[in-house]
Amino acid sequence: MDISLHINGRAEDLSVEAGVTLLDALRERLSITGPKKGCDRGQCGACTVHVDGRPVLSCLTLATTVRGAVTTVEGLSDGDRLHPVQQAFVDQDALQCGFCTSGQVMSAVAAVEQDVTDVREFMSGNICRCAAYPNIVAAVEQARRSDATV
Amino acid sequence: MRPFELTTPASLDAAFATPGTFLAGGTTVVDLMKLNVLTPQQVLDINDLPLRGIDTRDGLRVGALERMGDVAAHPGVYPVISRALLASASQQLRNMASIGGNLLQRTRCGYFRDVAMPCNKRVPGSGCPAITGANRTHAILGTSEHCVATHASDLAVALVALDAEVRLAGAHGTRTVRLTDFYRLPGETPDVEHDLRPGELITEVVVPRLDWAQRSTYVKVRDRASYEFALCSAAVALDIQDGQVADARVAVGGVATVPWRLTAVEDALRGAPATVEAFEQAAAIAADGAEPLSDNAFKIPLLTRTVVRALIEGSRG
Repeated sequence: MDISLHINGRAEDLSVEAGVTLLDALRERLSITGPKKGCDRGQCGACTVHVDGRPVLSCLTLATTVRGAVTTVEGLSDGDRLHPVQQAFVDQDALQCGFCTSGQVMSAVAAVEQDVTDVREFMSGNICRCAAYPNIVAAVEQARRSDATV
Repeated sequence: MRPFELTTPASLDAAFATPGTFLAGGTTVVDLMKLNVLTPQQVLDINDLPLRGIDTRDGLRVGALERMGDVAAHPGVYPVISRALLASASQQLRNMASIGGNLLQRTRCGYFRDVAMPCNKRVPGSGCPAITGANRTHAILGTSEHCVATHASDLAVALVALDAEVRLAGAHGTRTVRLTDFYRLPGETPDVEHDLRPGELITEVVVPRLDWAQRSTYVKVRDRASYEFALCSAAVALDIQDGQVADARVAVGGVATVPWRLTAVEDALRGAPATVEAFEQAAAIAADGAEPLSDNAFKIPLLTRTVVRALIEGSRG
């Protein structure tokens, strides 16, 4: 099927089988490898991207059914200037191996935008095998504070 | 995943004209297609159909394609419904999963999800390994010798408590079914889970007006604090006047093969004082008829305690 995806501000035309997930289209066809393939069945959150600003799991989304604008972690920074959530993850050392981080960051951006009060509950769909959770929560809290001044 | 054809019907009539598997949020269907539990040859992406809208002016009406997170966040939705939704899945999944799809989600039984194993729900007549196998999370109510899998939806428990109906549409017209009548006990045919006929869709969920259900809550007990299916849950609404329970709604999840309304507990609550002692007395019969398996007898006391806790929290409004 011929489809057109809007990814990080660019239109991308490609031809895919009906069963290709958004995650595989991004990683294998477009070399956008920020979204990670952890469990590949909607349980770990490493593949989290935004569609029209809402976090979704790209591993359970068929590329052929995507209607909105896709944002991956690659689309957050302004050139070399990190998004405040990315900077907060650096500042708070909110990762160890880093595999889950791009998904964590995409959920954290939504947490900051929605000004959620229960960060741990909101972030529970992003699993961290290194258990960097305290620092991830600290990063979200830092970004919430900095967001007021950005 | 097996190869399949995907079409995107632009109207209900077009959706009914092609036999196939309906795809909304994809959180069940794509997951189970990857596991080869579902192997449709034709998939219909129904997200362009006009099945949207959340209306709280007279009870609650929700278009089947509304997403869980949007319904949970909508002002005026009964607390028991929004809390059940917010206790479900993760925020990413709630952004994806539709209300109709939530009600039709499949069980989380590990044997159902593993095509290398027998399962009467997936392959009728092949057997049920859960009855003698890993059954800690399985049902104690509504089971049969053919299936002991729980129904996984939190939302359905809240909706059953509030006497919700589902509007169904198909090539032969529309009809309305009470959600309690919609779900089928496994009996001898655990592969038949509900009253939906081939080609039919859930188009809308309708909750009748019940003003006192603004005092309602949903308590979910699970193996971790978030992002997990229920070991036991309870949906409660209470009409308390002058310290007495005038009316009550109680339904439980995580313990039964279908969302489980506890009308006997409701009867015991009516006219009783709104006290912990009275709640404990009423909840004592919550697990009547339960048939525990080798590893899930803990669900019997858990069920009564979850109901008591929900009644206490619900009574505080």
